[in-house]
Amino acid sequence: MPKRMKAIVIAAGLGCAALSGAAFATPAAPPAPKAAPAPQAAAEGAGVSNTAPTSAAAPATAAPTSPLLAQDGAPATTIDPNVGLPIDGRIGLQPQVTKNGVFAHWMHNDVLLPVITAICVLVLLLLVWVVFRYRRAANPVPSKTSHNTLVEVLWTLGPVVVLVLIAIPSIGLLQAQFKPAPAGAVTLKAIGNQWYWTYQYPDHGGIEITANMLKEKDQVAPGERARTDADGPRLLAVDNRIVLPVGVPIRLITTSNDVIHSWAIPAFWMKLDAVPGRLNETSFTIDKPGLYFGQCSELCGARHAFMPIAVQAVPPAQFAAWVAAKGGQMPGTKAPSAAVIPQPGAEGSAVEAAQANAAEAVTGPADNMAVPAQSPTSAQGATGNPAGPGNAGQ
Amino acid sequence: MTDTALHPGSAFVGHEDHHHAHHDADHKPGFFARWFLSTNHKDIGTLYLIFAIVAGIIGGAISGLMRAELREPGIQYLGIWAGMLHGGAQSLDQSLHLWNVLITAHGLIMVFFMVMPAMIGGFGNWFVPIMIGAPDMAFPRMNNVSFWLLIPAFTLLLASPFFGSGAGVGWTAYAPLSTFGEPGPSVDMAILSLHLAGASSILGAINFITTIFNMRAPGMTLHKMPLFVWSVLVTAFLLLLSLPVLAAAITMLLTDRNFGTTFFDPAGGGDPILYQHLFWFFGHPEVYIMILPGFGIVSQIIATFSRKPVFGYLGMAYAMVAIGVVGFVVWAHHMFATGLSVNTKMYFTAATMIIAVPTGIKIFSWIATMWGGSLTFKTPMVWAIGFIFMFTVGGVTGVVLANGGIDDYMHDTYYVVAHFHYVLSLGAVFALFAGFYYWFPKMSGKMYNEILGQLHFWVFFIGVNLLFFPMHFLGLQGMPRRYPDYPDAFALWNKVATHGYEIMAAGMAIFFINLIWSLIAGKPAGDNPWGEGATTLEWTLSSPPPYHQFETLPRID
Repeated sequence: MPKRMKAIVIAAGLGCAALSGAAFATPAAPPAPKAAPAPQAAAEGAGVSNTAPTSAAAPATAAPTSPLLAQDGAPATTIDPNVGLPIDGRIGLQPQVTKNGVFAHWMHNDVLLPVITAICVLVLLLLVWVVFRYRRAANPVPSKTSHNTLVEVLWTLGPVVVLVLIAIPSIGLLQAQFKPAPAGAVTLKAIGNQWYWTYQYPDHGGIEITANMLKEKDQVAPGERARTDADGPRLLAVDNRIVLPVGVPIRLITTSNDVIHSWAIPAFWMKLDAVPGRLNETSFTIDKPGLYFGQCSELCGARHAFMPIAVQAVPPAQFAAWVAAKGGQMPGTKAPSAAVIPQPGAEGSAVEAAQANAAEAVTGPADNMAVPAQSPTSAQGATGNPAGPGNAGQ
Repeated sequence: MTDTALHPGSAFVGHEDHHHAHHDADHKPGFFARWFLSTNHKDIGTLYLIFAIVAGIIGGAISGLMRAELREPGIQYLGIWAGMLHGGAQSLDQSLHLWNVLITAHGLIMVFFMVMPAMIGGFGNWFVPIMIGAPDMAFPRMNNVSFWLLIPAFTLLLASPFFGSGAGVGWTAYAPLSTFGEPGPSVDMAILSLHLAGASSILGAINFITTIFNMRAPGMTLHKMPLFVWSVLVTAFLLLLSLPVLAAAITMLLTDRNFGTTFFDPAGGGDPILYQHLFWFFGHPEVYIMILPGFGIVSQIIATFSRKPVFGYLGMAYAMVAIGVVGFVVWAHHMFATGLSVNTKMYFTAATMIIAVPTGIKIFSWIATMWGGSLTFKTPMVWAIGFIFMFTVGGVTGVVLANGGIDDYMHDTYYVVAHFHYVLSLGAVFALFAGFYYWFPKMSGKMYNEILGQLHFWVFFIGVNLLFFPMHFLGLQGMPRRYPDYPDAFALWNKVATHGYEIMAAGMAIFFINLIWSLIAGKPAGDNPWGEGATTLEWTLSSPPPYHQFETLPRID
C-alpha cells in the first residue's frame, strides 16, 4: 500500500511540475531561453539583408525600380528573431503586434491560463489529499455519505461564476475582432490555391502578387531562386512577400480558387478560412514594422505544409513607394510617389508615429542597397508582378 | 412498463429451459456457430473487444509512423513508405499525400474502429444486460449484424490506399477537398466504410435503448441503474440522433463526387460550409459518444475501490444527460475560423462553455465519492484516478478553445491536437484500460498480473504525457496541424513528443504481455475479486458468467 501511495504522490508531483511550468513560464515567454537557429538566422540576415544575391551564377536581370526594394519587390527588412515567427523551445504564445492580438494575448496569459492552472491544481490537490487521507490503511471504515445538497449546489454554481467571468472578456474580444474596417482601410484580398497564395490590392490599382514557398538550395533547379536566411526560415519564406502599412487598418478578404485554405498569421492573432465561393472578411491594424510569418491552417492536400504566408509591415511612406514600384497607385492620388498617404480611418497619432518611423526606416536599410540588387532568380521577381499562376506546377 | 417488457426475456429463458433441461445454462454452440453466428451478448462483446484491440494496434502503429516522420524537421520516411505502398519511386507530392492518408486513417480508425467498438460494442454489450439483470440484449441477431458490419467497414478503409492513392482528406473529409479535390476510388471507399460503421452503430444504439428501457429486472428502476448503464443509454441516444446526419452528409459527398450533384460546390450553388455544419452536428456529439461510456466505467470503478456508493448519483446521471443535450448545440465551435458571424460566434462560445458545468459536477462527484472512502489502489483504480486528472487537464484546455476570439489563434494548431488527445488518448483510453482491468477477471475468469498492470499504467502515463503535453507548446508557438514537415523552430518539442511515443509504446508492450500471460496463467478470479465495494449485478455471477445468465430474473430491492 505505501508503495502505491508513493507512486501516486510522485505522479502528482510530476503533474504539478508540468503545470506550474506552463503557468509561470508562459507569461514570461519573451525572455525565455533563446533557441539557437532563430538568432543565428537573424545574425546572418542582419548582415546580408534581403537584397543579398542568392546565387552568384544567377543571370542578372532588371533591377527593381526603386532602390528601397528587395529582389522580391518588397522593401528590405531584416528579420526580428523574436517577433513574427516561432522560436524553438518556447512554450508560450508568439508576441502580438495588433491591438486585438495584444488583448487576446492578455486574456489567454492573464485570465485563462491562471484559471485553468488553478482548476488543475485544485483537482490535483484534492486527488492527492483523498488518496493520502482515505487510503484503506488510514481509513478502514468507509463513510456512507452519498449526498450533500449544499456541496453539490456549490460545485455547480462555482464553475458557472468562473465561466461568466471568462465570458465577459471573451465577448469583448469577439466584438473587437468583428469591428468592421473603416472606409480608408487598405484592402488585401488573399486567394488560396493548391498550393500557393495569390494576393490582390483592389484599391491600389489592381496589384496582384503570387507567393510561393522558397525552396532550399538543394531542391531548386539551377538558376532558380533558393531560400536564403534573409528570406526567412525554412518552410516559412516566400518568394514574394505581401507588403502592408503599419498603423493603418487593413481589411482582409479571403477566398479560394480550389479547396478550403486558411490564412493565418499567429503574430496578428489572425486565422481566417479561404473558402471557395465565399468572401470572408476581417480587419486588423499592424502596430509594428517587421516581418510576420504564418502557414496555411486548413488541410488542403499534399503540399498543405508548403504554402506559407509572409507579411512585411512597413511605414506608410514605404508602402506607398512599394505600391508605386509595383505599378499601382494609392487611392485618391495620381502621383504614386506621394510619401504621405492620408488614411481617413487611421488615428492621427498612429499615422504620425508611423511617419516618424518611416523617416528612420527609409534611411535605415538604404546602406544595404550598396549590394547590387540585381540577381532576382525568381521568375516573378524578374518579370515583376502581377505574376502568372505561380510555380504550382513544379 | 418493466413487467410487460420482461416478457421477451422470460419467453426466451423458458424456451431454453424447455429444450435443454434446467441445468444447462452453460451449453455453448460449436466454434463456428458460436463466434460467427452469435446471438450471445457476451460473445459479441468479446468479438468487439478483440476487434477494437486489433484496430487499436493498427491505429497506434500508424501514429508511430507519424511520430517517426515528425521526429525531425524535413521529410525522412514518407518517400520510402510511399514507394513501398505503391511500388517504385514516388514523386514528392505522392509522398506528402501519404502523410494525409496516414492522419486520416489514424483518426478514423481510432474513432470508429477502436474507441467506439471497445466502449459501446465491447463493454456495453458485455455489461449493460448483466447490470440491468437481463438475460441478453433485446435484439440478439441485430446485435450480431452490428458487429459484422464493422468487418467490411474496416476492410474498406484499410483497402482504400491500395485502390488509388489513399484517402487523404482528414477524418473530417471537408468538401471540396473530399469532392473534386481527390478523385479516385480511395475516398469513395472511405466514405462507404463510414456508412457501414455508422449503420452498425445505429443498429447498436437501437438495441441498447430498447434493452435498457424494456429489459430491466423487476425493481431495477431507471434511477437504480448503475451509472455505466446510464452512460450507455445517453450515448445510444447521441448515436441515434447524430449518425443519420453524418450519413446524409457523406452521402451528399458521394453524389457530389460521382453523380454530378453540387451540394458542396459553389459553382453549382452549393456551399462547402454546409458540409462542415452537417459534419460537426454529428462530430461534436461523437466526441461525447467516445467519452460518456468512459465516465460510466470510471464511476463504477471509483465507487468499487472506495467501498462507497457514488456520490450524488442523480447529479451524475443527469450531468451526463445534460452533456448529451448541450453537446448537440455547440457544433460550430469547430468552425470558428470559417467566417461565422459575430453573433454566431458569441452563441457558440457561450454554449460551449456551459458544458464545463456538468463536466465539473462529474469531476467533483468522483472526488467526493473517494472522500471518506476506504481506498485501495488496484490497477483499475489507478487508471481511473489517472483518468480524472488527465481528463481535467484536457477539459480546461477545452474551455480555452471554447472562446471564439482565442480560437482564432489556436484553431487548427497543435494546441487543439493536444486538447483532444488529452480528453481521448488520456481520457477515453485511460477509461478503456481501467474498464479492461476492472472487468478482465469477470470476462475471462482469470486475474491479470497486478505488478504488470501497475507498471503498464506508470509507463503509459509518463509516455502519453511526454507525448502530448509538449503539443500545447507547439500549438502556442503556432504549429499547424496535419503537417508532415515543420519549420525548424518546432524541432525540440516534436522530438520530445516522439520520445514520449516510444515510452508509450513500451507501456503497450507491457499491456500485451500482461494480457497473454494472464489468459494463459492467470490465477482463477473468484466471483467477486474486488470485495464489498463491487455492488453491481455482474459480481453476483460466476467468473466468467454462465453462457446464459439470469434465467431466473434477479429482483432488485
